[in-house]
Amino acid sequence: MFISIFSAVESGVIYALMALGVYLSFRILDFPDLTVDGSFVTGAAVGAISIVNGVPPILATVFAALAGFVAGSITGILNTKGKINPLLSGILMMIALYSINLRIMGRPNLALLNEPTLFNQIDGFWGGLGIDKTLNGLVESMGVDSLPGTWAVLIIMTIITIIIKLVTDYFLKTEVGLALRATGDNEKMIRSFSANTNNLTIVGLGISNGLVALSGSLVAQYGGFADVNMGIGMIVIGLASVIIGEALVGTRTIAITTLAVILGAIAYRIVVTLALRADFLETGDMKLITALLVIIALIAPKVVSARKEAVRKKRKRTLLASQRKEEHSA
Amino acid sequence: MLNISSVSITFNEDTQDEKKALQDIDLTLDKGDFVTVIGSNGAGKSTLMNVISGSLKPDIGIVEIDNKNVTSIPEFKRSAFIGRVFQDPMAGTAPSMTIEENLAMAYARNKRRTLRTGVNKKRKLLFIEFLETLHLGLENRLTAKVGLLSGGERQALSLLMATFTEPNILLLDEHTAALDPSRAELITNLTGEVVDKFQLTTLMVTHNMQQALDLGNRLIMMDKGQIILEVSGKEKQELTIEKLLHEFQRIRGEQMANDRAILG
Repeated sequence: MFISIFSAVESGVIYALMALGVYLSFRILDFPDLTVDGSFVTGAAVGAISIVNGVPPILATVFAALAGFVAGSITGILNTKGKINPLLSGILMMIALYSINLRIMGRPNLALLNEPTLFNQIDGFWGGLGIDKTLNGLVESMGVDSLPGTWAVLIIMTIITIIIKLVTDYFLKTEVGLALRATGDNEKMIRSFSANTNNLTIVGLGISNGLVALSGSLVAQYGGFADVNMGIGMIVIGLASVIIGEALVGTRTIAITTLAVILGAIAYRIVVTLALRADFLETGDMKLITALLVIIALIAPKVVSARKEAVRKKRKRTLLASQRKEEHSA
Repeated sequence: MLNISSVSITFNEDTQDEKKALQDIDLTLDKGDFVTVIGSNGAGKSTLMNVISGSLKPDIGIVEIDNKNVTSIPEFKRSAFIGRVFQDPMAGTAPSMTIEENLAMAYARNKRRTLRTGVNKKRKLLFIEFLETLHLGLENRLTAKVGLLSGGERQALSLLMATFTEPNILLLDEHTAALDPSRAELITNLTGEVVDKFQLTTLMVTHNMQQALDLGNRLIMMDKGQIILEVSGKEKQELTIEKLLHEFQRIRGEQMANDRAILG
């Protein structure tokens, strides 16, 4: 049990970068960008093929993010310069990327089992620190018997994800970031303040898909393979993370919302892991579970707040009625 | 400051719905001129605004700002020197962003947007100073989201955002029409104050004749895509609504007589 939750959190932190990307397009730019299904694989493919060809993993990961940036920018160009509707621009790019990803890898599946990756490269250095021993000792003393092999992935990924979150928070408060947010909020207004909304949309989608591809390449290195079909339904997983996080943590400020998205990505992985432990569910049911989760996360907050409001009104009315009664009797 | 010469624009040209929105318009605004524009629906007032702001490109003719031909400069670039307030109070501000963030975006109008924070301590003090001139208490709500403000408050903020960077031209497009009478009066007064304070060259479209008479040093009346009446200076000060209506009917009557002569 501990082990499966542990690996759920571990992959949740890696997928959180993808969720942050989806948050940028879906919420900040108000652009439902389906490029994600393709650009996630592009990241994995570029990262994997670079590593197989001897590029150092850190550089391969940077290449992957850049490839995602290019893919997202093209979606932005289709939308702004080509005047194609946002949904359709994303779908066209997603389909085009499927073939491009196959070309990049040269075949549908690429294994990284005996290759260096970001994660196994840090193993040697990590082992010397003795953090695993300390943390495992701590967990063992709490009565858990099956222990994770290494905490390196979780801790390193948490640090990377937090750094990217903080950079995103800062960026969205800069002059360019404010204009980017206004592009999604009131495009006509920000154009009347001399901002080039076309370029902002293109750059915004570029950054968004850059994060998605970065996440894709890390997932490939973590799992030990890149597969041309690994991106199917990725946009829905990203949306699930954003929506679950917002429902759980709230959206009061940008910093809180980006934290919400990261926690949402982790919560999503935990829920799926727990659901798959049920005997009647199979691995193939994951997409169905995801869809149901998104539906629940979208409907539940509305039902809850309507219910709260009804209770509040009822209480107020009974209070008024009893006050009136008292006045009568007095 | 603003020079429009022989501007014409036709919508749906060569179809049954052809509409000559502007016909050979000439208009010059000197620095500090405040021109009010009146006219019935479809007279071409909004089209004129859109041609100046750059959201429409004229078929023929030239638009010059500060002796610079801007006719083919796109809207977003031109807005570096044009401030604009729209009729819809929701149109001029970003609702899910805070008051200070909205002001910071307006502040960046005529500068290059950088990767430095939009709201800093120095700017905050500046924003507070400007917000105080509105007398709405918004200076105490810098971090409130603009979506929480009332229509009147949002329009006052829009007016401030459009003007405090002192643009070369200020365009007001029926900016009080969607407000209740008391709020409309507030915004009208603020408009007078702010234009006076910054000596802004202003063009204001309005359906409210009284407002058109109260504000500004010049008045033009438009009909069917043409400027049919121009009044300025002392003559404008002595103008009343009755005189204006009378004048309108006189000109329209003459035109109708001309039309009849041609048709006959």
